[in-house]
This record gives sequence, structure tokens and C-alpha cells, in this order.
Amino acid sequence: MKPILEIKNVSKTFRINHEKQPYLSLRDSVTSVFKRNSSSVEEFYALNDISFNVNLGESVGIIGKNGAGKSTLLKILSKITPPSSGRIISRGRIASLLEVGTGFHPELTGRENIFLNGSILGMKKKEIESKFDAIVDFSGVEKFLDTPLKHFSSGMQLRLAFSVAAFLEPEILVIDEVLAVGDMEFQKKCMGKMEEVGREGRTILFVSHNLGIMAQLCKNAVVLQSGKLVFADTSDKAVQFYFNLSNINKNGDELLSRKDRYGNGQFHIASYMLLNKDNEPVAVYKSGEEARIQVAVKASDPSRQANAFATLVINDLNGNRIFGLASAYYRQEIELSGDSTITWIWPRCQLAPGEYSCHINIYESKIGGVIIDSLQDAFRLNIEEADYFGRGVIPNLRQDKVYSEFEVRSARC
Amino acid sequence: MEYEIKPHEKLSLGVKELWQYRELFFFFTLRDIKVKYKQTFFGFAWAIFQPLLLMAIFTVFFGKGGPQEGLPYPVFALSGLILWTVFSTGLTNAGNSMVTNANIIKKIYFPRLIIPISSILVALFDFIMAFVIFIVILIYYQVHVSLVWFPVMLVVSIFITSISTFGVGSLLAALNVKYRDFRYVIPFMVQALLFLTPVIYPVSKISNGWIQYALAVNPMYSAIELFRSGFNEQALQFNLLYISFGSALFFFIVGLFYFRKTEVYFADLA
Repeated sequence: MKPILEIKNVSKTFRINHEKQPYLSLRDSVTSVFKRNSSSVEEFYALNDISFNVNLGESVGIIGKNGAGKSTLLKILSKITPPSSGRIISRGRIASLLEVGTGFHPELTGRENIFLNGSILGMKKKEIESKFDAIVDFSGVEKFLDTPLKHFSSGMQLRLAFSVAAFLEPEILVIDEVLAVGDMEFQKKCMGKMEEVGREGRTILFVSHNLGIMAQLCKNAVVLQSGKLVFADTSDKAVQFYFNLSNINKNGDELLSRKDRYGNGQFHIASYMLLNKDNEPVAVYKSGEEARIQVAVKASDPSRQANAFATLVINDLNGNRIFGLASAYYRQEIELSGDSTITWIWPRCQLAPGEYSCHINIYESKIGGVIIDSLQDAFRLNIEEADYFGRGVIPNLRQDKVYSEFEVRSARC
Repeated sequence: MEYEIKPHEKLSLGVKELWQYRELFFFFTLRDIKVKYKQTFFGFAWAIFQPLLLMAIFTVFFGKGGPQEGLPYPVFALSGLILWTVFSTGLTNAGNSMVTNANIIKKIYFPRLIIPISSILVALFDFIMAFVIFIVILIYYQVHVSLVWFPVMLVVSIFITSISTFGVGSLLAALNVKYRDFRYVIPFMVQALLFLTPVIYPVSKISNGWIQYALAVNPMYSAIELFRSGFNEQALQFNLLYISFGSALFFFIVGLFYFRKTEVYFADLA
């Protein structure tokens, strides 16, 4: 059987006009007739010669860093923007969900918005009518159906929006990061619905930063890097490849070239390595295992020496500090002498699964000492889920950031 | 069902696709009508007040010259104004429609023409309301109406109004996505055109033949003159009507094709 979706050599270029605003003003167009080559125009490949096939009933995840071209690919698949070259042959109706609640209007009631949104998503009026009760039931907002949407809480709006989308029945469903909505219970419901869609033999293309959900939903995945397709295989292998990719990229001296640092410049943070308890490089840590994070610093000249404190600060992706592994807590001075390494040994990684941003601060330990080098968001830590407590239970995924040992006691009184 | 997504090549009207998405016209129009009159005390009555108030103002200031083209001045003014209102609001809404709906355009595909057409349908809905009042005014002033000619001319003039509103509106909508200057041009243009259209004065008031021709370039000239011919006994100036109708057709074709040609890039530019 022919694949339901054939993506053949698709490229998308944008012209970057280095002087201009994203939209033109009439004056720019008029004046540009008279001056030639005044602004530098650069061709930018958002997608570069992408080819892959998707078979009927297959779910494919699309992985890549921000700016790798994932959203552009989805936009081309959704016909929102045309490719610059190449073509896509589709053998089924594509419905795309690049956002939930597209076209929702705050002045209209819940009922009116269901019809409007459903229609924008490509459902027929009869189809919406026949599914109306199920949609309302799924969203759980039946009490407010005839209330203008602007009086809904944002959670209720999202739930209503997702519910409409959940009842789309195209052959191919294109989804971009829309699962991260609502409370825990609703998220579970959405996940269930998505898995059901997959089981019904419909084809899904799925982009999400949440690799866990992606691996759960999709059998296969492709990895995009700077607009190019660099890997295509099962989603487990693709996730692994993606982690290695991000690691390989970062294991050079790439931290050395960062400009957004401050300090006295005697030493510069140059690179980092994630090691396990046997000092082997790894891409990710599991919750609860030993983590050794090694940072290499380069001295401004080989004879340079300093006594310092070093802190590895762990933040969530919203920039909230979770805690710091600070040598100052132990009054432990680090001796830096020429090019050196600093290793934080963390007997049990207490972080819950997810992605974390790490800051590195190195500062003189003497009283009145200054900062030697400081780098915000130096690298990311990806933590995989694991049986942290060793009781055969994987702890609740999304609510905790940190696990900690504890004991519960009860007594009669 | 097999289809291809490929770089933008040939220009087609996409009528088949518009037909597939026909229900979306209804929902967009319904949305705009509902939103327009939500939280207003007078609701749909606003569609009637606006031309009526303008009629009253023009009658006070320009009505001293007595009947125009065989019509009492208020009837003369209102007959022009209700059609003009379709043109001006349709044009304004259509012209801004792609920018105001940018969030939808960037997130989902449907034939883009639905958006400007829906804004014109909203203006036509207002026309129906205003037309009822116009009938009342006709009866009040006991204007003689030809029962054959009037409905025919009504249909013809609405047709001309629709294609010219669509033509200019879709042209402006497409230009507005690319050049935001048009956001400022549109309201100014609508205002200026009101005085360049024989809405509130008869074209016969102008003695210079060349200026008459220039005014006839306005596509609404033919719509309004033909509409009035359903209830006045003035001879039509066919040479002027041809110019005006030709202009309506010209804008319709240019607007439609320019819109179709540029629409694929709206999501990148909006």
C-alpha cells in the first residue's frame, strides 16, 4: 500500500532583510525601487530538503530544538504556508491543531464557539451537531454553555477548546504542543483520547517538547536539526539520538564562546560533561541515580591561580531556582590552578523527571572576593523517570520537582 | 482522495474549495454580526440609525434645494446612503479583515477569501435592516414605485455594490497584510469617496462633462443611479453608467486576482 503521506524534498526559505521590519511599509517598497542592494538580504533555510514517508495508521513524532524547523514543517503540512520547493503528496484529509481554540471569540457563548471553532477546524455543521453532546460532556463545562466565553476561566476555555479538537476525525492529524493544557486530570483525559485516536488507525504527526509523552504516543519519530532531517527511526531511538546530539554539540568548548557571562575573566567556563558513577559520559540522568557533573575551566594564562567557591544552580525552565549545589555550603574551597576541572558529585539526583536549566557561578572565596566567571543557563539537565524510592512505584510525573527521603509514622493518642 | 502540497504556481479561483467550505461563510458572518451587536442597547437598530441620522443631517444642510432627480431630498439621500453604507462598511471591514483575523490565518488553513467575503455579507445584512426603513420612508413620501422595475433594479444594484465592495475590499485586504499603510488609507478613502459619489447630490449638478466622467469612475455611481431608477423617472446617462460598471468589474477582477496571488504568503507576513 502506498504511504498516506509522502514528503519529498521539501524546503522552505525565508529572506531575512537585515534592516527591515517583518512587514513592509509602502515607503520601503517605493524607496527600494531606487536604491539597489542597500540592505543585505540573506536566504535562510527554515527547512532544507526534508523527505520522509508516513504510513497509514502510523504515529510519527517530530523532535528538534527550538528553531529546528518543526513548526514550519507542520505549517506546510497544514497548508498554512507553501513550501519553497519540493512537494507533499497526501492521501487523506489533514486536520491540523497548531493551537487549541483557534478562532474562539470572547464575546460569543460556549455553544457558539463550539460551532465556530469546529467549523474552522473543518467539521461540517451536521458533524458538530451530532457530536455536540459528547464534546460538551468531555469538556465538563455544560453549565456555562450559554455564557460568553470571556467569563470562562482560562482553564475552562482550554478544556472547551481541546474538547472540540478531540472530536475531529481526519485521516491525518497534525498536532503541535497542544497537550500541555488544563489540570492533571484533564491532561490524563486528553492523553487517553490521543491514544484512542492512534488505536483507531488514524495517522498522527506530533510535535512536543515533552519527549515522554511523545515516546508514549508515537511509534516512530524523526529528528530535525537546523532545518535538516538528521534521524528517522523508532521514537525510543530517536529520543536517544536527540539527547546524544544535544550532548555532542555541547561537549566542545562551546561555553567558551558565550558572551553573556560576567566575572573578572581570570578563568572562563569552557565546557561541561555529564558523567555517571563510573565516570562514563551520559546524556540523561535517571531520578535517584548518582550524577557527576564536570565543568572544565580555562585560565587566562597557565600560571593563574585562585581559591574559589563554585555553585551549580538548578532552575526550572520558568527560571525559578530550585536549589544550588554550592561548595560554600560546606565551606569547601576549590583550588584552581591553570586549566582545571570542577566536578560536582551528587550521590542521588533528587530531581523529578523533566528538563532543568543550570547556572554555574565561580567566585573568589576570600572576604570581599569578586566573581570569577558566571554563566546563566549554561546547559540543560534532562531527567528521566525512575523508581526513585525503590518501591516499585514511579512517582507522580508532573507535580513534583524534587524528591526527598522521608518517613511517615502513625501513633495512637 | 489524493492531493498535493507544492510551491505556489498557477492561479486559480478555487471555487470548488470555496464550495467545500461554504458553511464557514455562515459561521464567520454569524460571528461578525453577533459580535457587532453584542452588549449594545439598541442592537440591530444601529444598522438603521446610521443611515437615518446621516439622511437627517444631509437633509438639514443640503435639502434646501428641494427635490432632486424627481425625489424628495430625504428619499434621494437615503436611497444613496443605504447602498453607500454597504460599500463603506463592507470595504472597511474587508480591508482590515485579514489583519484582524491574523491569529486564525497563522494557525489554520481554509480558503482565505471567506474572510473578506464574510465581512461583506455582514454589511449586506445591515442593508436588509436599513432597506425596511427605506420602504417606510418611500411610503411616507408617497413616492411612485414601479413594481417591475424596482425589484429588478434592486437586484442589479446590489449585485454591482457587492462586486465593487468585494473587489476594492479584497484588494485592500491583501495590500493591508503587506503594507500596513492601508490601515490609515481606508478610513480616509471611504470618507473622501462619499463626497465623490452622487450619494448626496445628483451628478447633474455638475456641469463640467469631464468631472462627470471622473466621478463615474466610482463603481458605486452606477449602483446608486440604477437603484434610484426604480422609483424616479429620470433618464439614465448610459455613457456614465458604462464607465462606472466597467470600473466595478475592473476592481472585482483586479481585487480577486491580486488577493488569490498573494494569499499564500499571508501567514508569513501577517
